[in-house]
Amino acid sequence: MDTIKNAINRDKNLTRLLVVFLMVFVLCTVLKGSMFISVSNFQSMGKQFPEFGLLSIAMAFTLFTAGIDLSVVAIANLCAVLMAKFLSLLIVPDMGSSTVFMMIAAACLMAIIVSILCGALNGFLIGVIGITPILATLGTQALFTGFAIVMTNGSTLGGLPKQLSATINSGIMGIPVPIIIFVVFAAIAAFVMSKTTLGYKLRMLGTSAKASTFSGFDNVRLFIINYVLSAVFSAAAGIIMLGRFNSAKADYGASYLMEAILIAVLGGVDPYGGKGNISGVIVATIIVQMVSSWLNMYEDISNFYRQIIWGGLLIFVLIYNYVVNEREKRQAMKG
Amino acid sequence: MSAASLLPITSAAIANKYCVEARGGEEVSDYIIKAENIKKYFGGVKALDGVNLEIKKGEIHCLAGENGCGKSTIINIISGFYTLDSGTIEIDGTKYEKMNPKQAIANGIQVIYQDLSLFPNLTVMENLAINMEVAASRKFVSKARMRKIAEAAVAKIGFKIDLDETVENLTVGMRQMIAISRALLNDAKLIIMDEPTTAITKREVKSLFKIIKQLQAQGIAVLFVSHKLDEVFEIAERFTIFRSGKNVASGNTSELDQNKFTYYMTGREIISSHYEYTRENAQNVLEVKNLSLKNGFKDVSFSLKQGEIVGITGLLGSGRTELAETLFGYHAADSGEIFIEGKKVEIRSIKQGIENGIGYLPSDRVTEGLFLSQPIVDNISIEKWHDYANCLGKIDRTQIEKMTEHWAKELSIALHNIEDPVGTLSGGNQQKCVLAKWLALDLKVLILNGPTVGVDIGAKFDIYELVKRLAKHGLTVIIISDDLPEVLTNCNRVMVMQSGRLVETLSTQGLDESRLAELAN
Repeated sequence: MDTIKNAINRDKNLTRLLVVFLMVFVLCTVLKGSMFISVSNFQSMGKQFPEFGLLSIAMAFTLFTAGIDLSVVAIANLCAVLMAKFLSLLIVPDMGSSTVFMMIAAACLMAIIVSILCGALNGFLIGVIGITPILATLGTQALFTGFAIVMTNGSTLGGLPKQLSATINSGIMGIPVPIIIFVVFAAIAAFVMSKTTLGYKLRMLGTSAKASTFSGFDNVRLFIINYVLSAVFSAAAGIIMLGRFNSAKADYGASYLMEAILIAVLGGVDPYGGKGNISGVIVATIIVQMVSSWLNMYEDISNFYRQIIWGGLLIFVLIYNYVVNEREKRQAMKG
Repeated sequence: MSAASLLPITSAAIANKYCVEARGGEEVSDYIIKAENIKKYFGGVKALDGVNLEIKKGEIHCLAGENGCGKSTIINIISGFYTLDSGTIEIDGTKYEKMNPKQAIANGIQVIYQDLSLFPNLTVMENLAINMEVAASRKFVSKARMRKIAEAAVAKIGFKIDLDETVENLTVGMRQMIAISRALLNDAKLIIMDEPTTAITKREVKSLFKIIKQLQAQGIAVLFVSHKLDEVFEIAERFTIFRSGKNVASGNTSELDQNKFTYYMTGREIISSHYEYTRENAQNVLEVKNLSLKNGFKDVSFSLKQGEIVGITGLLGSGRTELAETLFGYHAADSGEIFIEGKKVEIRSIKQGIENGIGYLPSDRVTEGLFLSQPIVDNISIEKWHDYANCLGKIDRTQIEKMTEHWAKELSIALHNIEDPVGTLSGGNQQKCVLAKWLALDLKVLILNGPTVGVDIGAKFDIYELVKRLAKHGLTVIIISDDLPEVLTNCNRVMVMQSGRLVETLSTQGLDESRLAELAN
């Protein structure tokens, strides 16, 4: 009993999220019954959430250092478009299957390299030049999306090898491949952020850049690593999207940016920096996916209402967090 | 120590005294404020446990006590921001069970907080007049009307200033004058100043005291919160000292001396002794030759031996902070050489500074020294993370917790849990955390910039003793400070800086404070 109590006290945020998760789960089950509790629903949820889950983790990295990365979706799309171009140029119809897989692997590698460059650019603008993250990444978002638009002339790129979509849409022992990718990336993110010197330093940087300097940390390097991490996770999301849609376009996943911010903040990452953890973001991803699937089950709630729902929810969560923080501050003062 | 002359207050004594007075003169009170048996709880924690505070009309009264003794709580109760849980407040003969800020202001009570509550981006005139304009609920402001208000305000204390200057361009001392003039606009009868001298220079303290005397001449009482005894002596007639939410002593300041004052504040006897440097044939640990930094300092040369504690003093802007920051690697020197243990070294980044065994306790611990919202354990262990991490970078949490517990004990840091944010600690304990972080490294030189600013007397002496002990063990320490007694007792040598130059290096043995003050100004 005591160990449970301790665990609850240690991570109040995670406990709160798990309670919300259970509440949402019960609510969805009560309201939609067998439609919600069905293998097919769980399978489709399992295919959907990894891509924006990865984008949310990418977002969480940057909120963690009191920044923000508005270019996550743009990087995902740019990587997907580049991969689609690359694969459609190099793969000829009668190529052997193993060669195709090698090409796909090469395309993934290229996507990761491009994302590292994109992230490094963000980190450079923020860490070296000193531009506010929100403006720097707003600029690079337009820049990266712009490149993708020019490359595609604004149209959808198809003609991908069927092996790519087959792999992404398949499952290993019934577990969809996107989930496996998500779990691997999320585990790495959680480990780096909460256990390693890098994660510790990023948390400190997010709390106070000045004190971080006086501790002898290289803030520029930390900012660049931070935004590179964010970009690489975005690229992983882009790869999943490419396989799932079996096509690439400059403006896929337009609603994901908003959702990524919502999930990161709901997951307990403090937009003022220095607080939060990846486990919270993971639970929040699943909560948002459940709400999203549940809303889909109402035919009279059109997709056009989504913006209102997510926007409203984000503002609600921000207000809620503000209230909770104020209360904790008062309690800390009294103690 | 004679207790009789100092009237240590017991509740019974107070109760008796008050009964007599209550029967005596009802009509005209000699006191502007009489707070009796005030209790205040926060949650289950007692902040004030039946304290009394009485201030006569037109007197300068000093309230002293360590952090957390309830000073700020009583100020907030008198000014109506906190409601008291029990007790009474009598203002100018009228009793109040409860009071709100509006009533307090209407009764002529004004508080000047440490942050002064000014708008840095507005002009002096706007700062002075804005409250009145808002209070009159005007929709449009008139520059002419505002100027009149502002002129009247500064005239009250005969203070000359350009009304169109933006406040952020002014010194803290001048800002204080503005806050005082603003308080006077509301017909103040009692002005409460919360540690007004912590952030201003000696010269500014002098002019502040002149103004306090002027206020007194106008019949305004001043409650002066401070724990610097020399100031208390100079300005206050009577004093009240709190400790842990209780009255410890009150009386006339003429009956007080340094030892009693410290004893009342801390509850323990503190004896500080001069640091005697006894090492013979010690080697040079830090040597600086012709070091220069543009807009900082010029041609600075000195050498420090192992185990020395050397003070650097001089006015703000004398280049002392820049010199310290350059030795630590925050600035890269434009020219000159630095030698550590006889070897020439490059210190062009903080990383290099730390690698060369130099630690720096910054003057602003809140923004530069600590990560306030982060746990104590992370703040103390920060420089050791790499040593306690495996090849994947995973930090061994139990190890850093262990080292934190060790240093918390070593430095007697008062804390509940090492996972609490460091910002929940008192100033003195926060400063000890910064020290612990550096002591965990095997340093050669530790530079302390204003190590005891905003630190309680008790913690202050703890820090002095610790530094002396470390120096005895071979650490070389530089103390940058305005506090001349601090430099004189704790350093064996002192260097004086003036507009970027090192003008004098003296032994503190037999050095007179006034002589040092002369050199530093």
